[in-house]
Amino acid sequence: MNRRLLLLAPLALTAAGGAAFWAMLNRMQQGTFDPHAIGNPMLGKPMPDFTLPGYDGARGFSSTDIRQAAQSKPVLVNFFASWCIPCAAEADVLNAVAQGGLQIWGICYKDKPDKMQAFLTQYGNPYTRIAADAAGRTAIDFGVYGVPESYLIDRAGIIRWHLPGPLTEQNVQQSLLPAIKATAA
Amino acid sequence: MKAWMLVLAMAIAGPAWAINDPNEMLKNPAQEARAEAIGSQLRCLVCQNESIEDSGADLARDLRAIVRQRVVAGDTDQQIMAWMVARYGQFVRLKPPLTLGTLLLWGTPVMGLLIGAAAAWLGRSHRTPPAPLTEAERAKLAEFGA
Repeated sequence: MNRRLLLLAPLALTAAGGAAFWAMLNRMQQGTFDPHAIGNPMLGKPMPDFTLPGYDGARGFSSTDIRQAAQSKPVLVNFFASWCIPCAAEADVLNAVAQGGLQIWGICYKDKPDKMQAFLTQYGNPYTRIAADAAGRTAIDFGVYGVPESYLIDRAGIIRWHLPGPLTEQNVQQSLLPAIKATAA
Repeated sequence: MKAWMLVLAMAIAGPAWAINDPNEMLKNPAQEARAEAIGSQLRCLVCQNESIEDSGADLARDLRAIVRQRVVAGDTDQQIMAWMVARYGQFVRLKPPLTLGTLLLWGTPVMGLLIGAAAAWLGRSHRTPPAPLTEAERAKLAEFGA
């Protein structure tokens, strides 16, 4: 009897593994689990200090500017680039979120001014202000590892929410909006 | 047909990645060796299974440059690691340190050994030695001429 039970053990283990795998695939499909996400350690910490120029002599912005703007309501910092395909994919969602009243400050990552202009003309400009991170060093200070990435900065200048990857209607509803609500509390 | 496929394969195949651009390397061989040792312990966040020294990704190149800048500036290995971990978390280290959070990761081989040893111990056969032959059996054997 005991031996019979022992023979069932591998089967039970395999079944448990299968169930776990199924749960993982399910959560990946719902967008609540990303196996590539690295768990950004900047969450809950103050945004890194930086000063970035704009493109073509335009005014850029610094972390101090964001902190000031965030005192009235939270700021979404969005790293993007014209050469980034998922950035084009999230453009509609970003535009809608901006129209909904969220201020989005764009940091254009390793791009050329004319390319960025063409990108904004084609996909719309949701940004309150834009700065250029041509060398990509500010992005590294934020822990960016691939555009697009978004960070929600609260009134105290703390990073409250982070998304590596494109915003979708689903993760805006399920994740970003609750995070914004939480900053108001 | 085969020739076509060969031509196609040759057309598709790109050049090998020029990861070791000599311009990236530090002039001082001791410093360069240190930078390479540190870089080989840092995960490329884009490919996730290569070190930044091995990766051809843009971000890996930037991180390699940062490691070299900090080596030249005189940072210790620990300081450079801490700089990376502050931005990208423990995941950036290819060899995570033994902490409460990684206990299971490091302990799994030991647990495997213990479970195996326990299974071997419990699985010993408890066969009792066979009972000695009875008179009747002995007689039967003799009958067969054994």
